[in-house]
Amino acid sequence: MEKRVPAVSIRNVSKSFGRVQANSHVSMDIYRGEILALLGENGSGKTTLMNMLAGIYFPDEGHIAIDGREVVIASPRDAYDLGIGMIHQHFKLVDVLTAAENIVLGLKGRLDLKAASRRIREICDAYGFEVDPNQKIYDMSVSQKQTVEIVKVLYRGADILILDEPTAVLTPQESDKLFAVLRNMRNDGKAIVIITHKMHEVKALSDRVAVLRKGEYIGDRPTAVTSEQEMTNLMVGRPVSLNIERPAPHDPKPRLEVKDLTVRNEEGIVRLDHVSFTANSGEILGIAGISGSGQKELLEAIAGLQVTESGSVTYIEDDGRREELIGKDPLAIQEMGVALSFVPEDRLGMGLVANMDLTDNMMLRTFRSGHSPFTDRKGPRHVAESVVEELEVSTPGLGTPVRQLSGGNVQKVLVGREITSAPTVLLTAYAVRGLDINSSYTIYDLINRQKEKGVAVIYVGEDLDVLIELSDRILVLCGGRVSGVLDGGTATKEEVGLLMTKLGGDRNE
Amino acid sequence: MSEKKREPLLHVSKRASLPWYAVWGIRLAAVALALVLCAIVSILVTGENPLQIFSTIISGAFGTSRKVWMTLQNTAILLCISLAVTPAFRMRFWNVGGEGQALMGCLASAACMILLRGTMPNWLLIACMLLASLLAGGIWGAIPAFFKAKWNTNETLFTLMMNYIATQLVAYFVILWEVPKGAGKIGIINQQTEIGWLPVVGGQKYMLNVIIVSVLVLLMFFYLNYSKHGFEISVVGESERTAHYVGIKVDRVIIRTMILSGAVCGLAGFLLVGGTEHTMTTTIVAGRGFTAVMVSWLAKFNPIWMIVTSMLLVVLERGAGQIATNFGLSSSFADILTGIILFFIIGSEFFIFYKISFHHSDAKEAIARG
Repeated sequence: MEKRVPAVSIRNVSKSFGRVQANSHVSMDIYRGEILALLGENGSGKTTLMNMLAGIYFPDEGHIAIDGREVVIASPRDAYDLGIGMIHQHFKLVDVLTAAENIVLGLKGRLDLKAASRRIREICDAYGFEVDPNQKIYDMSVSQKQTVEIVKVLYRGADILILDEPTAVLTPQESDKLFAVLRNMRNDGKAIVIITHKMHEVKALSDRVAVLRKGEYIGDRPTAVTSEQEMTNLMVGRPVSLNIERPAPHDPKPRLEVKDLTVRNEEGIVRLDHVSFTANSGEILGIAGISGSGQKELLEAIAGLQVTESGSVTYIEDDGRREELIGKDPLAIQEMGVALSFVPEDRLGMGLVANMDLTDNMMLRTFRSGHSPFTDRKGPRHVAESVVEELEVSTPGLGTPVRQLSGGNVQKVLVGREITSAPTVLLTAYAVRGLDINSSYTIYDLINRQKEKGVAVIYVGEDLDVLIELSDRILVLCGGRVSGVLDGGTATKEEVGLLMTKLGGDRNE
Repeated sequence: MSEKKREPLLHVSKRASLPWYAVWGIRLAAVALALVLCAIVSILVTGENPLQIFSTIISGAFGTSRKVWMTLQNTAILLCISLAVTPAFRMRFWNVGGEGQALMGCLASAACMILLRGTMPNWLLIACMLLASLLAGGIWGAIPAFFKAKWNTNETLFTLMMNYIATQLVAYFVILWEVPKGAGKIGIINQQTEIGWLPVVGGQKYMLNVIIVSVLVLLMFFYLNYSKHGFEISVVGESERTAHYVGIKVDRVIIRTMILSGAVCGLAGFLLVGGTEHTMTTTIVAGRGFTAVMVSWLAKFNPIWMIVTSMLLVVLERGAGQIATNFGLSSSFADILTGIILFFIIGSEFFIFYKISFHHSDAKEAIARG
């Protein structure tokens, strides 16, 4: 058989950001008619490497060849000219424009939206997309927006597609639809690279896996002959156990009672609609739902950060005393003696101060204590030291701004601070989003240990496999309503997935 | 279109953090380069010996003991206003209203000197002046802060506009209190009695101002870096959402900090009227409310470094005046030199955070070998 010419060959490419070596002498090939899964822990340089193909970064050294011809990719436009299209984790669309307008945006030549719509329909028919070219982006669901992004790069003639964690925001059903489309494109001879942390997706979708570790290329395997365990070991560099424990809840008692909670956002749209549930001590209550189904509002309402329209959130003390939390700000809740910890979704924008160092970030929760007008940094420094030691945070020092840490380490710092205060209620939003396997398991472990201490944990998650393995009970939100509560021990992914997309109309069945 | 694209000639990338001596090496090199460029421009434009021009700048600022004290006095006032705007800047509240806040301090001091003279002992009058100035500046700072906290108005525009109101207020009172009638200015207040004049310390008229501002530098340094208030200011500045999340009352911090900012500006006004000028005009603050923005930024909001940056700007400005007189050049020429020097100093920061590498294409055969 004739030797295949790689669609893209990367040779000896390095890239550093300051002291951080994101990629170091990476050489790898991408072939047409193949779906390549690019694996690696956080900070292993997957996205950086792909951004160099997409023209966003320029390599410090090394060479890139397309179809055997050496090229220079100095800008995204160069990348498009070479047929490389990247679908980023965060969509880059203009909300007030239609799908077609977004797709032709920035292209040279006469603006002919009718012709564009025609071509968009052709592309959609060819691969099985569903896009209405005249629909405005703000009217679209996350998965529709992603489809527009994919059609956009295809419209520009891309035949080398890179997708950065495309399923992070999709339901299982939507992911399956995306995979079907990707397979169609592969069969059409396109080269596809997908960056993901989810092993089962790698198995289901890809033809070949390539692994990066700490910026270096470790190797590749045909997907058919490798296993989740082998891939994980390659990524981490040592054998890792892939089991999540679920210790039986010990003496669960009602700790937090949410009743008829209704929240409207600033535009007056209902985000939570008469949500009621009870969270027990020593139990993990998992919350599932498509992103934007009211998870954020729910946690923020409990934490005193969200204005509510009606309903109540009652904290029940060990001795049965009841405290109403609605209408109180975080400080008032803290002063009432309610030990409530909250790990928010937006770690650097809300949970931590990106430009401050570890010590100061530890101090955020406690700096008010004491009567002195001056801050005490000794206590927080000890807390920072013990968090770094116990959670194995890798940082140059306590004086390093947290923005310089990798995603996993940032999350360890945040979770570490929140559990230091010995909470009785722990709220976590997407605690492992963007984290690699190793860090994720550390976080699951931490959450389990809190549960064993009798903490009522509310865990908002997106990976259903994990959610089902970890949670004692699972509450499913759909469009701001509770569409079901399942037992973690018996629930299946399909059940949860169906409840997640259940429409409001059939909720009274 | 040619098949083969050229590699970009150079590309910019982030640097690993540099050791302190390299940072200062870059800054000093920038100053040296700036001086060289200034010299070249001087020769080309004026034909004068650049070394003479430089030495004139120095002698203009430090030539005689009187000049040294004038420089110190100007530095003290500029530094005082810079210290005042810094807490707001750390909070990312762009207070460009230092001019107006200081002017209100001047107005309050002058009002006390004029309206309360003869009614109380001098020390009490001075205490009243101080209090009134702090209050006036504080109120002038609090107004935009209140609107920002309640309705999220744009603080830059708001504080800027407050400057004009302050100027017009002062203009009104200058006419009201003008001496003699019809002169359109106040003249030296209490020239005979020296009521409300700050005492002369150590035989030097400006010594007291310098001492007060020096103490203020230390106070502000500790307040910003080690107090709970200072920490709250930093958190609010970095991320209001984080502040909200940890239970900091953002509205209260904004208003409190701007009262402080305005009050310290008011103090500068008090020092200007009571300690230095003993009069009041609409231009008495002389743009220092704006220069202070630059002083604060150049020092990266660090009160200790502001001593250096404020002194630098004052020396350049006073030297410029001297050049104009000695060489018969327009004072604009001195401004050009000042501009060149500042451009290099600010520009050098880029090279501290980024490095520029030039590309040389070699070893292309790496691909060919596959």
